[in-house]
Amino acid sequence: MGVAVLFCGLLMVTNVRAGEAPAKKDIGSTQVTQNANLEAMRVQGEQRFRANCGRCHAAPEKFPPRMMSTVVRHMRVRATITNQDMKLVLFYMTQ
Amino acid sequence: MLFLWNNPGPLHRRRSAAFTLAVFFLTILLAPRCAPAQTQNIDTDSRENDSQSIDKQESQKPVPILSGSAGYFNFITGGENTIDTQINPVLLVPLGNRWLIESRAEFEGEFERRGGNGPYAGPVDKHLDYAQIDYIANQFVTVTAGRFLTPFGIFNERLYPVWIRALQPDPIILPIATTDSDGAMVRGGFPLSGSANLNYAVYMSATSIGIDSVDSERHVGGRVGIFLPGPRLELGGSWQKALQDVRKNAFGFHAEWQPMRIPLTMRAEYARSYDGSGYWAEGVYRLNQLHFWQKAMRRTELVGRAQQFFSGPITPDVADDLGLPEANTREGEFGINYFLHDGFKIAGSCGREFSPAGNANVWSVGVAYRWLIPLGRVGAQ
Repeated sequence: MGVAVLFCGLLMVTNVRAGEAPAKKDIGSTQVTQNANLEAMRVQGEQRFRANCGRCHAAPEKFPPRMMSTVVRHMRVRATITNQDMKLVLFYMTQ
Repeated sequence: MLFLWNNPGPLHRRRSAAFTLAVFFLTILLAPRCAPAQTQNIDTDSRENDSQSIDKQESQKPVPILSGSAGYFNFITGGENTIDTQINPVLLVPLGNRWLIESRAEFEGEFERRGGNGPYAGPVDKHLDYAQIDYIANQFVTVTAGRFLTPFGIFNERLYPVWIRALQPDPIILPIATTDSDGAMVRGGFPLSGSANLNYAVYMSATSIGIDSVDSERHVGGRVGIFLPGPRLELGGSWQKALQDVRKNAFGFHAEWQPMRIPLTMRAEYARSYDGSGYWAEGVYRLNQLHFWQKAMRRTELVGRAQQFFSGPITPDVADDLGLPEANTREGEFGINYFLHDGFKIAGSCGREFSPAGNANVWSVGVAYRWLIPLGRVGAQ
């Protein structure tokens, strides 16, 4: 019985260790994925900026987020840009 | 129970061992599944975090802003110099998540020499371009009330500020159907599909005050545009109908294109009304791609514009009041802009105007500046 318990205990410990390692790896890869997603959003934001805002004026310097939030709301109304474009442009302009 | 646990019999000892084994096996079975489940949660969290990143930016409490532009220009037409100085403050006051109060005033002085050789003197125009309140109802609709820029064509709404426009002289057809509107408007922009966005504006104006007069009129109108983000091309049309007198119509078309490979912007507008008709076409090329003097070339853009105006059946006095030429006019202009930074530029242009009233060279040189001042703390919310 003791042997069985020890065997099972070893199995479990091995399994838990085996489970832990990929979990750490997944967390690491998830962070990489998350960073890649943020980078992709930044790139998309830049594209949307160039397509919508760059038609009329050059890229302004980047202002604090609370200022950009006002400016982007103003430009959403003025230039009739879409909601999604506005969000991505705001994301890009506040990075 | 405690007694049995403390004094297990042989049968109970076997059951206990079986229970322990079962727990171990369950643990073993479940353990590998926990890790992927955890990973899945983290992946979901990752996507949520991305979405939250955007929402976080969007949820930054906006702060009121005093913005605007100022300019100093010399416009020389047929040898006569006009000094144009202007300050155009813009006030933006966001309220909550959906409201925005916005206003722009124009203080513009146009000074010429009296009698050709006297001191410079002239009128200073004080004008409220727009004072409107916007309510962003949803992603498709924004409702606007108050005085607003009439959405006819693209120059009046998008390109008018001196720090934005590529050439400082107005296009000849600008006065057509672009006097300020006082009333209500519904507008918005939304994706039609993955490759096309629709933007629109529909408005009704109870009064409209002309640039140089106090004439008023009622009119309705609208503008619609299709923007293709892929080729970065916008095509659109505008329409306006007066609701009094002869109930005259005005309509126009606009196009704007930015090729992907070169830093070029092409724009064109056509407008037709009872007062006259005409078009302008403009190309703006930023010298980013030149391989010499790159620091300076990146800040420099070249501009060319061609335009033509056909006078309508109106008297010269009415044309003058509206700001239109009294006769058919053609004009070609070439200009250069140098940006000291994104909101501060030196601009110059030269061109030739052809008209039955007399041909003339047209020159302009000046500076334009844009500022942005927060009216509150801009630190984190």
